[in-house]
Amino acid sequence: MTAPTTGSTGAAALKRHPRRLALIAAISLPVVLGGCQLPTFQGYRGSTHQGHDEFLLYAGTFIAAIVVGVITAALIIWSIVRYRHRSDQIPRQFQYHFGLEIAYTIIPVVIVLILFGFTVWTENNVDNVAAHPAQIIDVNAFQWGWQFNYADKHVSVEGETLSDPDPIGLNGVGCAPANHCYGPGLVVPAGETVRIYLRSKDTVHGFYVPEFNFSRYAQPGVLNTFDLTVQHVGVYRAQCTQFCGLYHSEMFFHVVALPPAQFQAWLSSQQSATVAAKRSSSSATSGSSATSGSSAASAGTAAAVRHRSTSTREAAA
Amino acid sequence: MTVLAERQAVHDDHSEHHEGPTGLLKWMTSTDHKVIGMNYMVTSLVMFFLAGLMALAIRYQLLSPGGGIAGHGLSNQQFNELFTMHGSLMLYLFAGPFAFGGLANYILPLQIGAPDMAFPRLNALSYWLYLSGSITMMLGFLTAGGAAAFGWVGYAPLSEPTFSPGAGPDLWILAIALTGFSAIFTAVNLVTTTFYLRVPGLTMFRLPLFTWGMLVTAILILIAFPILTAAMVFLFADRHFGTHVYTVAGGGVPVLYQNLFWFFGHPEVYILALPYFGIVSEIIPVFSKKPMFGYKGMVFATMAIGALSTGVWAHHMFTTGTVLLPFFSLLSLLIAVPTGIKFFNWIGTMWRGQIHFAVPMLFCVGFLFAFLMGGLTGIMLAAPPIDFATHDTYFVVAHFHQVLFGTAVFAGFAGFYYWYPKFTGRMLREGLGKLHFWLMFLGFWLTFMPQYKLGLEGMPRRVATYVPGLGWQFLNELSTIGALIIASSFAVMLINLWVSWRSPVAAGDNPWDGHTLEWFATSPPVHHNFERLPPVRSERPVWDFHHPDAIALSHSNGNGNGNGKVRQPITVGSGSDGEPE
Ligand SMILES: [Cu+2]
Repeated sequence: MTAPTTGSTGAAALKRHPRRLALIAAISLPVVLGGCQLPTFQGYRGSTHQGHDEFLLYAGTFIAAIVVGVITAALIIWSIVRYRHRSDQIPRQFQYHFGLEIAYTIIPVVIVLILFGFTVWTENNVDNVAAHPAQIIDVNAFQWGWQFNYADKHVSVEGETLSDPDPIGLNGVGCAPANHCYGPGLVVPAGETVRIYLRSKDTVHGFYVPEFNFSRYAQPGVLNTFDLTVQHVGVYRAQCTQFCGLYHSEMFFHVVALPPAQFQAWLSSQQSATVAAKRSSSSATSGSSATSGSSAASAGTAAAVRHRSTSTREAAA
Repeated sequence: MTVLAERQAVHDDHSEHHEGPTGLLKWMTSTDHKVIGMNYMVTSLVMFFLAGLMALAIRYQLLSPGGGIAGHGLSNQQFNELFTMHGSLMLYLFAGPFAFGGLANYILPLQIGAPDMAFPRLNALSYWLYLSGSITMMLGFLTAGGAAAFGWVGYAPLSEPTFSPGAGPDLWILAIALTGFSAIFTAVNLVTTTFYLRVPGLTMFRLPLFTWGMLVTAILILIAFPILTAAMVFLFADRHFGTHVYTVAGGGVPVLYQNLFWFFGHPEVYILALPYFGIVSEIIPVFSKKPMFGYKGMVFATMAIGALSTGVWAHHMFTTGTVLLPFFSLLSLLIAVPTGIKFFNWIGTMWRGQIHFAVPMLFCVGFLFAFLMGGLTGIMLAAPPIDFATHDTYFVVAHFHQVLFGTAVFAGFAGFYYWYPKFTGRMLREGLGKLHFWLMFLGFWLTFMPQYKLGLEGMPRRVATYVPGLGWQFLNELSTIGALIIASSFAVMLINLWVSWRSPVAAGDNPWDGHTLEWFATSPPVHHNFERLPPVRSERPVWDFHHPDAIALSHSNGNGNGNGKVRQPITVGSGSDGEPE
C-alpha cells in the first residue's frame, strides 16, 4: 500500500492556486498518515480495522507529543545552559507577562481540543458495532483460562493457562510460532466482522490482543460487547492484562484468523466432534472440552511452565 | 496584632513545656510540629527504602522469562505479594505521608510564620495512626497466607474472601483505613493552620507556593480519603459480616469498587503531585535569584488541577466498558493545560536568571525532564483508544513511574536537600549530593524507557513471567540494571547523611538566600519557631528583607516598598503586627 497522491487533478492548475494546494495538503494529511509509509512509532499498526484506526490516532498523538516535548525540552536546556550563574549581579526581577501567559494558556487548550476531536472520532469507530456480524462469539474469562462459545453452532473451545497450545492444529492449520500459541485459540474468519460478548465467571480479567491495539475488561456482572474485524490470516498472541490472582501471568490465549471458507470448515468439524462426544457421553471432566481436551500440553519451551502444577485448582478453591 | 498577642499569651502560659523530655521520650511524646514532621519523614523514608528493596526483588524476578537468574526466581505468590506491597508502601506510606505529614508538617507553619500547627495534639494522633497503619500493613508478611496479593488497588471481587482469604488482606484493609484517618486529620490541621495562623500581612496571594500546593492537597484529601475509607469499610464488611456490596452472587456491584477506589485514586495522584510541584516552585526561584514567574497564574493552575482532578477518575476505567468515554477523556486532557502553565512558568522563572546548580536545583531540573516525559505519555493515555491499546501494560507502568518518580523522588529529594539545613543546622555534602543526582538521573531513564517499549509490544503489568523469544528479556535486563543504579544512588545519599552527621558543616539560618519565612528562623528553629519576623509585603518576605533594592517588578503591586522600614524586623509578641501600612 502506498500513500495516495493528489491524483489526476491538473498540477498546473494547482500551481496557480497555492492556497488550494495548501488546503488539499491539509485534507490529505490524515490520508497520507493512513498509508503504510508511516513508521510504526514502536507500536503495532493494528491487525484489525478497529486497531488500525487506533494506530492512526496513536501515530498522530505521538508526533504531536514529540513536537511539544522537543520544544519544551529545548526551552529548558536553553534556560539552564544560557542562564547558568555567571555573575553575582542580581538579575532583573520581572514576574509577569500577561500576553505570554495568556498565549500559553490558550494554545494548549486549542491543541487539546483538536486532539479531543480526533479521539472521539476514533473511539466511535473502534466501539462501533455492526448490524450483522459474520459470527457471534461468547467469550468467558475465568481463573485462569478462557472459554470461547460459538453458541449458534454449538461449538465451544476452552483452555487453561499454558495448556492447549494448538487447539486447531488437528484441523490442518499449524500454529506458529510456538510462543504466539499459548492457551486456547479464538478462531475467527479473516476479513469478516466478528461480534464478541465478553463476560467473566469470577474476578476482573482483561481481554487483550496486542497486535489488535485493543483490550477490554471481562467483569462479573457486566456484559461487554465489541466487534473485531481481523484483516489478515494469521495467529495473534493474547493474554489477560488485568491482574486476577495467582496465575495471572500465564492466562494466555491466541486468536487464529482463518480464510472464511476454512473457518466454516473448522466450525463444522468441531460441530460433529461435539455431537460425537455427546453421543458417546464420555466423561468430560474439568477444564477440557471437545476441542481443548484433544491436544496435550506441549509448552515445554515456556519457562513459565514450571509454575503449572496439578495443585493449581486446589489453590484457587 | 491581636493574633500575635494572643499567641504570646498562650506561649507564656505553657513555657514550662519547653523543658520537656529529651531523647526518645521527646520523639514519642512531642506535639511540636517539627518533631512530628521529623518522625513522619524518617518513617516514610524507611517505607521508601523497604518499598525500593521490594522493587529490586521484582526487577530481579523479571530478569528472565523463567524468573531470576538460573531458575532461582520467586514463586508467583511471592511476586504478587511483593508488587502489591511495593505499590502500597510507595503510595500510601511514602509519597503522601512524606509530603503532607513530613515536609508540610515541618515547613508549612514556618512558611506562614506560625508557632505550630493549629491542633498540635491532633497532629500527634495523625502520626501515631500513620505509624500503626504502616506496621499493620507490614505485618501481613508474617501471617500464614502471606501479605495482600491483589495489587495496590485491591480490586473487588479479587479482594473478596473467596479469592483472597486470610489475614494478610484484612491487615491491608485495616492499614488503609488507619492511614486514611491519619491523612484526613492532617488535612484538617493543614487547612485550619493555613487559614487561621498566617502572620499578619501574609495574604492568600502572598502565600508561598509550597503552602498553596499543600492547601489544595489538603482539600483534595478531605474530598478523596473519606471515599477510600468507606470503600474499605464495605470491603471489610463483605469479608467478615456477610454483606455483598461487591459480589454479584449477593446482588452487589463489583464495578462500584472501581468507581469508589478511583474517586479516591485520581485525586490521590494529585495529592502526590501538588506538594511536589510546590517544592519545585520554591526551589527554582531561589536558585535562579528571581521571583516565581506568573505567581498568580501558578496559584490558579494549582486550583484548576485540584478541581479537574475530582472529575477524571474514570480514565482508569476506560476499558471497563461502563463509563462515558468523551467526558472523562476531555477532562483528563484539560489537566494538561494548567500543568503546561506550570511548566512554562518554571521555565520563565529560570529565563534570564542567574541559576546556581546546587543539589536541590539539580533535582528540580531532573524533575522537569522526568515529568515532561511522564506528562506527555499521560496525554496519550487520556485518549481512550490509545488506552485500549496500552491499558494494564508496561506502557502504563512506565508512565506512572515517570510521573510519580519525577514528583515524589526527584522533587521530593530536591525538597529534602533544600530543607535539610533548616531541619538540622548542617549542610549536606554537595559533591556526594551531585553524585546521588547523576546516578539517579541515569538509572531513572534506563529503568523506565525500556518499559514503554515493552508495553507497546504487549507485556502486561503485574506478571511474574513473560513469553520467551519476543526480545523482552533484553529490555527487562536494561530496566533491572537501571533499578540497580537507582538503588546505588540512594546508597550514596545514605553515605552523605552519615558523613554530614559525623563531621558537621554549619548551615546558618539562610544558606540558599531563600525567599520565604522559614529562612528567617534559626536552623533548626527554636521551640515556637520565631523570635522575630520581617514584614510581609510579597510572597518573598525574606528576600525583600535582605534585598530591599530588588523588589519584584509587578504589574499590580510590589513597587515602592523599597524604603528603609523594610529592614526593620518585627519581634514576635512585642505588639507590632508587621503591617506598618
Ligand atoms: Cu485474568
